[in-house]
Amino acid sequence: MAEKLITRNLSAYFGQVRALNDINLAFPENRITAIIGPSGCGKSTLVRCLNRMHEVVTGARVEGEVILDGENIYDPAIDAVGVRRRIGMVFQKPTPFPTMSVEENVAAGLRLNNIAQSRAERARVVERSLRQAALWEEVKDRLNRPGISLSGGQQQRLCVARALAVEPEVLLMDEPCSALDPISTARIEELLLELKANYTIVIVTHNMQQAARTSDLTAFLNAGDLIEFGETRQIFTNPARRETEDYITGRFG
Amino acid sequence: MDTSQLLHTNRQYEEELRGLRAGLLKMGGLVERQIADAMEALVKRDTPLARQVILQDEEVNRMDVESDERCIRLLALHQPAGSDLRFITTGLKITTDLERIGDNAVNIVERVIELNEEPQLKPYLDLPRMSEIAQSMVKDSIDAFMRSDTALADEVIARDDEVDHLNHQVYRELLSYMAEDPHTIRRATNILFISKYLERIADHATNIAEMVAFMVKGKMIRHMDKKKE
Repeated sequence: MAEKLITRNLSAYFGQVRALNDINLAFPENRITAIIGPSGCGKSTLVRCLNRMHEVVTGARVEGEVILDGENIYDPAIDAVGVRRRIGMVFQKPTPFPTMSVEENVAAGLRLNNIAQSRAERARVVERSLRQAALWEEVKDRLNRPGISLSGGQQQRLCVARALAVEPEVLLMDEPCSALDPISTARIEELLLELKANYTIVIVTHNMQQAARTSDLTAFLNAGDLIEFGETRQIFTNPARRETEDYITGRFG
Repeated sequence: MDTSQLLHTNRQYEEELRGLRAGLLKMGGLVERQIADAMEALVKRDTPLARQVILQDEEVNRMDVESDERCIRLLALHQPAGSDLRFITTGLKITTDLERIGDNAVNIVERVIELNEEPQLKPYLDLPRMSEIAQSMVKDSIDAFMRSDTALADEVIARDDEVDHLNHQVYRELLSYMAEDPHTIRRATNILFISKYLERIADHATNIAEMVAFMVKGKMIRHMDKKKE
């Protein structure tokens, strides 16, 4: 397993407050890594550091390194927008652009990244992305309808399609199913398993069964520290650390 | 890693787990009693006591079903993980062994009832010794389970050899009886069966002890070294 993305002594701050303490993690290529931990433990902050989104918050800063294919994405010579094209993100609540159609939503990333496209090329990318996100069959006859006219689960898959349109290498997902019903959740999870053949996936989740079902590796964070990182089946059947055990068995706090 | 001392945030879950624990403890006590009573019925030639052992088995069977239902409920409703998952799956397997031990005790008294209808073939020396060891193995395997005590579980596993040895001794002795006088065959066979049932009880206790190692360490030790039997 090649290590696609590596954090080295990664710390994150909000002003004076330190939210992450010296995180050292390696995300293998074509694997799903789940990040679990109680609210406020730094899960979302960690994924936001992975594509340089943490720094967009006023007063927020990052220390340490995030290495993508051997290159530190925090190197001053590296362009943050380029990083975000290679490392896509799907958020907790579906966030389609409200004024755009289904098709425009999917193609939005191409425009933002100044990827020049002919009409035909664009249509091809839209179809490919929607197929990858397992949404094509459901929306192919209403590509010009507003993105927000879709159901919640469809909107979330639309956001996955939008993230995939720019052909990222890593896909970050921050609680992608927390606003979805169990059927939509199952479709997203199935989608993740299909996508991992081509992508490196990092998923933040509060739903431990979701982490157990979908991920290959699990990282447990608490109070900004990485407590344990290992194979998911090990973490959920016989974790090495007491804190992990207490968390996964519901003996927390 | 030992089980955490912290309580579960979900109280109902905590109570169900306690209920499972208490039920298994009670079931263990019941089957221990069955073995002791079966042996007393043999040695004292007490047929009414033998019949009581058969009746006791209904309670054991009922608890087996109740315990399984509780485990399934825990798995379905609470999606346990880590040490809880290992405790519950171990519980599922242990009830089966305990229930079989109860059945073996019933098998013993069925033979006792037949034996009591004829004059005693020989003084019973090895069988009470076997029974005592088997009973202590059942008790200690359950204690090891309750306390997550792998050292005690290892002791139980080691004691199984003694029972196997005694079983073989009984077999050889009865063989000589039967060779000398064919009239003893019926009684000797019954005694032989009882010896075999005691040996099976010790095997079930060994199974429980092996599950304790899994529950505590998360490693299967079954079928790792010598093959049983």
